[in-house]
Amino acid sequence: MSLVLENVDYVVDGQNYLTNVDLTLEPGSFNVLLGRTLAGKTSLMRLMAGLDKPTNGRILMNGVDVTGVAVQKRNISMVYQQFINYPNLTVWDNIASPLRLAKVKNSEIERRVKETADILQITPFLQRYPLELSGGQQQRTSMARALVKDASVIFFDEPLVNLDYKLREELRVELRDLFKERNAIAVYATTEPNEAMALGGTTTLLHEGRVVQSGPATQVYRQPINVEAAKLYSEPAVNLIRGQIKGSEVTFDEAVHFPLDHDLRELDEGEYFFGVLPSHIGLVPKNDDDLELSMRMQLAEISGSETFMHVVNDHFELVLQVQGVIGYQIGEPIKVYLPTHKLFVFDLDGNTIQTPSQRVMR
Amino acid sequence: MAEIHLKSLAHSYSSDPKNPGDYAIREMNHVWEHGGAYALLGPSGCGKSTMLNIMSGLLSPSEGQVLFDGVEVNNVPPEERNIAQVFQFPVIYDSMTVFDNLAFPLRNMKTPEIQVQSRVQEIAEVLELTPLLKRRASNLTADEKQKVSMGRGLVRSDVSAILFDEPLTVIDPQLKWKLRRKLKEIHQQFNITMVYVTHDQLEASTFAEKIAVMYGGQIVQFGSPRELFERPNHAFVGYFIGSPGMNLIEVQRCDGGVSFGNSVVHLEPNLLELIDNISSTNLKVGIRPEFIHVWDEPTDDAYCCDLIGVEDLGTYKILRLKLDGSELKVRIDEDSPVPVGKAYISFPEQWLKLYVDEYLVEASVESEVVT
Repeated sequence: MSLVLENVDYVVDGQNYLTNVDLTLEPGSFNVLLGRTLAGKTSLMRLMAGLDKPTNGRILMNGVDVTGVAVQKRNISMVYQQFINYPNLTVWDNIASPLRLAKVKNSEIERRVKETADILQITPFLQRYPLELSGGQQQRTSMARALVKDASVIFFDEPLVNLDYKLREELRVELRDLFKERNAIAVYATTEPNEAMALGGTTTLLHEGRVVQSGPATQVYRQPINVEAAKLYSEPAVNLIRGQIKGSEVTFDEAVHFPLDHDLRELDEGEYFFGVLPSHIGLVPKNDDDLELSMRMQLAEISGSETFMHVVNDHFELVLQVQGVIGYQIGEPIKVYLPTHKLFVFDLDGNTIQTPSQRVMR
Repeated sequence: MAEIHLKSLAHSYSSDPKNPGDYAIREMNHVWEHGGAYALLGPSGCGKSTMLNIMSGLLSPSEGQVLFDGVEVNNVPPEERNIAQVFQFPVIYDSMTVFDNLAFPLRNMKTPEIQVQSRVQEIAEVLELTPLLKRRASNLTADEKQKVSMGRGLVRSDVSAILFDEPLTVIDPQLKWKLRRKLKEIHQQFNITMVYVTHDQLEASTFAEKIAVMYGGQIVQFGSPRELFERPNHAFVGYFIGSPGMNLIEVQRCDGGVSFGNSVVHLEPNLLELIDNISSTNLKVGIRPEFIHVWDEPTDDAYCCDLIGVEDLGTYKILRLKLDGSELKVRIDEDSPVPVGKAYISFPEQWLKLYVDEYLVEASVESEVVT
């Protein structure tokens, strides 16, 4: 089973929801759609599912044009943000419902409901009603209903967003493991870069209705094709500083100077945006070429095991992602170390000129 | 002034509670000191909403006392407590201007208009709402509305404590950190007790000086974000704080230490003596994924594990290892080499914790966290 979108546009009341989308989803692949709210993730999934019809372009399943085929005739299932279950049916009957609709034999229903409930660890709750369950258990039930019927494409529209972070961590891993043994295509929409990274597979970055970049998760993360891709796929977002290359020197914001080294030497003189990931800036120097910067603390956000430090000087702001719990007072002076060999370089239009130690073909 | 003292407090929704399971809050003693920035953190169903409702006055506890500065307020209704609440969703009057929204609580108390004017201006300044004072609240963005909600709490000078219930839920991710910073600034400027209720470790740790972690109707640890990370007092805190959480392995007492499968973890004699005096067999060792040491090659005291998976999370990697039937997660840096097939690891003594009946057991106070 493969799913192909060719030149797909989707226009509603003169507004472009999706523009010129070309995508190929391989059989058995796990595809993550990553983008901010209103980027077009849900619209795209609805087109793929056949819930809406594209304004232009074609959608092919296994090479067959299904552009006008209604959702009922496509073998798909969906899991939504909200936990959608039949409140008047037990968990067992909820999971069995798509199979009953498809007139599957009772003995087969029995077998598959048990198997699916087992995988999603809801076997102890099969005789309960959805509203007697916790949020996590309710969402597991709706996932079980989506997974039980052997659909060829399964859509997940931010399914974990209403769960607490520990549950999210756990369900993410389970979901990924679940699909390792399936031949179905999974399409998973999220706004969170870290979730996309944890799920792995193929990442498609969506921004304002267009595909910015698509490819294996780690490749898209390490080699963003432009500033937008780099920003979409980093959390906290990549730090950007406008700077200039002149002679043998780089100048950040007319304020901070450092010698050109490594790959930067081959760049033409001129203005650029330099990017550095929050996790690459440190509180202690690690390399000879680390640039020491005197900053002031704005806020230390503590995630439990990491600290995101927002720092500022008279010229620019930076965010650092540091392991451990580090406390600083607001306003306190702080020295940070920026590794100049780990810079992304973008031209002023935002196109990637260089990623750290890997050249990008232009 | 507002010190909130929960004295022998317990709450059950059942009229005839018999066993601990019947209690949403099990008997506890806890003090929120005046002027502190606190968080109440826990998963859904842990009892934190019950606790919040008891403090705000929406609920009267079935046992024990709630004391505000030493005075029992068990049956005092919310509007008569000097407490303001900020909820998940902004509570404001859409049809009123920002100014009138902020002035509302004061006008309600028949405050002279001249004082209303100056107080509203002052609060608007702090919250950076001054340019919006004449705007209708319905035209505001979610974060502006939530700032107005906070302002309505702060504007009353008789308010001595503010309870926050997941106040940033509806705020755009990009704006959240700015509001977090604002909250911290407000806490520093106003001498007010603040309790922030959340299930999110980031919200809690960023805001609070001290966090009360709630689990199963009890506060299992009350400590700084750093203490929760480096020295979890309860196995649940180890698991709940950090992503991924602490590795916890069930162990048995054995010669010279504790063991699981054929692996022995050596422990200090005085610690062993301690656990030998406890009859419980519920023993666990805990170590955070960040603190496990990975060796390049076998060493004398390293454990040999099977590598069963690697998750590349961009800024770091998680190794999933199997050691004598137990699964362990190890966090390694982005640039660290990934072992092939087998991995050799050790548990630095400083970071290895022992839990008996889920609670941390330490040999002596000398084992204070070294930094």
